[in-house]
Amino acid sequence: MKTDDVEDVEIHLLLEGVQRIYGYDFRDYADASIKRRLTHWLAESGFETFSQAQAQLLRSRSVFESLLRGITVNVTEMFRDPAFFRAVREQVVPFLKTYPFVKIWHAGCATGEEAYSMAILLNEEGMAGRYRMYATDINEAVLQKASEGVMPIAEMQRCTRNYQKAGGRASFADYYTARYDRAMLTAALKKDIVFAPHNLAVDGEFGEMNLVLCRNVMIYFKPALKERCLRLFDSSLLPGGFLCLGLKETLERRKMGDRYEELAAPLRIYRKRYG
Amino acid sequence: MDSVDSASAAGAHAFRAVAIGVSTGGVHALQKLLGELPATFPLPILIVQHISADADSGLAKLLNDRCALRVKEADEQDEILPGTVYLAPPNYHLLVECDGFLALSADPYVSFARPSVDVLFESAAAVFGPGLIGIVLTGANFDGSRGLKTIKQRGGVAIVQDPADAEARQMPQAAMAATRVDYVVALAGMAALLQQLVARPGTIPRDKNGRDD
Repeated sequence: MKTDDVEDVEIHLLLEGVQRIYGYDFRDYADASIKRRLTHWLAESGFETFSQAQAQLLRSRSVFESLLRGITVNVTEMFRDPAFFRAVREQVVPFLKTYPFVKIWHAGCATGEEAYSMAILLNEEGMAGRYRMYATDINEAVLQKASEGVMPIAEMQRCTRNYQKAGGRASFADYYTARYDRAMLTAALKKDIVFAPHNLAVDGEFGEMNLVLCRNVMIYFKPALKERCLRLFDSSLLPGGFLCLGLKETLERRKMGDRYEELAAPLRIYRKRYG
Repeated sequence: MDSVDSASAAGAHAFRAVAIGVSTGGVHALQKLLGELPATFPLPILIVQHISADADSGLAKLLNDRCALRVKEADEQDEILPGTVYLAPPNYHLLVECDGFLALSADPYVSFARPSVDVLFESAAAVFGPGLIGIVLTGANFDGSRGLKTIKQRGGVAIVQDPADAEARQMPQAAMAATRVDYVVALAGMAALLQQLVARPGTIPRDKNGRDD
C-alpha cells in the first residue's frame, strides 16, 4: 500500500474518533482542504503520524483544542471583495433601512473582519443602534479574538484600500487606534455585534433574520453539509431577506435556488422571494 | 484474452488529467499551448495562473474565445469533465477532491501565492497519482516546484517548459532543480507532446535534463 493511502485511512479514523469523543463533526468537510489543514497541524504538533497523534488526541482535551484551532481557522480581511461591500451598501441597505430594526446573522465570522466591515458600513449609512448582528463561529478561540477587535497594524493599509474601493465615506483611520503593532477597533463598532459559538454541522437556525452572511465557509464542506447550511439559512431568513455568499458560491443547482432572486449577479447577493 | 490484456495494460497507464502551473508570461504561453490543442483532446486540464486578487474573470473568456477546447473559471464543486479547461479563480486556491470534483479554498497564501500551483499539484497528485501530467511553464518565482516533485513521487509525468524558451525562467528552473523532470520542451512542441502521451502513454523516450532525485 502506498503512503498516501495509509494517511487517508488515518485521517478518516481520526475524524471519526473526534466526532465520537468530542462531538465535533468534520466528516462532511471537503477532503482536499481538510487534509491540507490536518497535515499542516501534524507538522506543527510534533507528532510523526496521524496514528501517533490520535492516541493523545482522543485522551487530551488540550491536544484536541489545538487541532480544532488548526483546522477551523478561516482567514479573511476587512472589506474582502470591495465590490461586494459596495453592492451591499448601494443595493441592500436601502431595503434594510425600511425596517425599524434589522437582525443579521454572520455565520462563520472567524476573527471578525467582515463583521466589523459590515458594522462600519451600516453605521455610515445611519443604521447604528438599529440592528443586531449575531456573528458566529465553530471556533471559540477565534471568537474571543473577534470580540476583542484587535488586528495587526500591518493589515490596515490593505484594509484602508479595500474600504475606499467599497465606497467608504469617512477616513478609515477614524475606526481604530494604533498601539504599537496593533490596531484596536473603536467601541462604537462593537456595541451592536454579539459574538457566539455556533456549529453549522450540528446546531440549529437563528430566527427571523433580515440578512444572512456566510462567505467562503461552505466551500470547505461536502455537498450534503452545504445543503444543510443552506436549509438553515433559508429557515432563518424572513421573506424579502438577503443571503450573501462568497464570490464563488452559488445557489444554482440548489434545491432552494428558485425561492431566491439574484440581486447583484456576480456578487452572490440573493433575495428571498415573498410567498 | 489479448484484447482484455491490452485494454487493462492501457488502463494502468492511462492519463486522467493535466495540471498546469504558470505565472509571469502566462497569458501568452497559455494561449499558445491551449490554442494548439484540438477540441477532441480527451483529458481535463486544470490551470493555476498567478493573478492579482481583484482581477476579473477576463482570462477564462479570452482563452475560451481563442481555443477549440472549452475554457472556464472553476466554480466550487465543478465536476471535472474531459476536454474542459478549468482556471483557478483569482484569490482562491484550486484543489481536486477524491470524488473527482473541484474544490476551492480561501486558505492563506502558499508559496506566496493564492491561487498556488503547489496546492493544485499536491491535491491533484493525491487523487490522480500516475494518471497525472504536471506542467510548469514560464514564471518568475518558485511556486510549483514542490508540487511537481509530489506529482513525480506519486508516479505522474513531469513536463517543464525549456527555461531558454520561457519569458521568465525561474519557475521552470526551480522545478527542474526540485525533481527529475521527464520532458523539457519549448512551448511550440508541447501540445504535440501532450497528444502523443495521451495517444500512446509510455512509448516516448524521455529526456534526462533534470537532476536525479
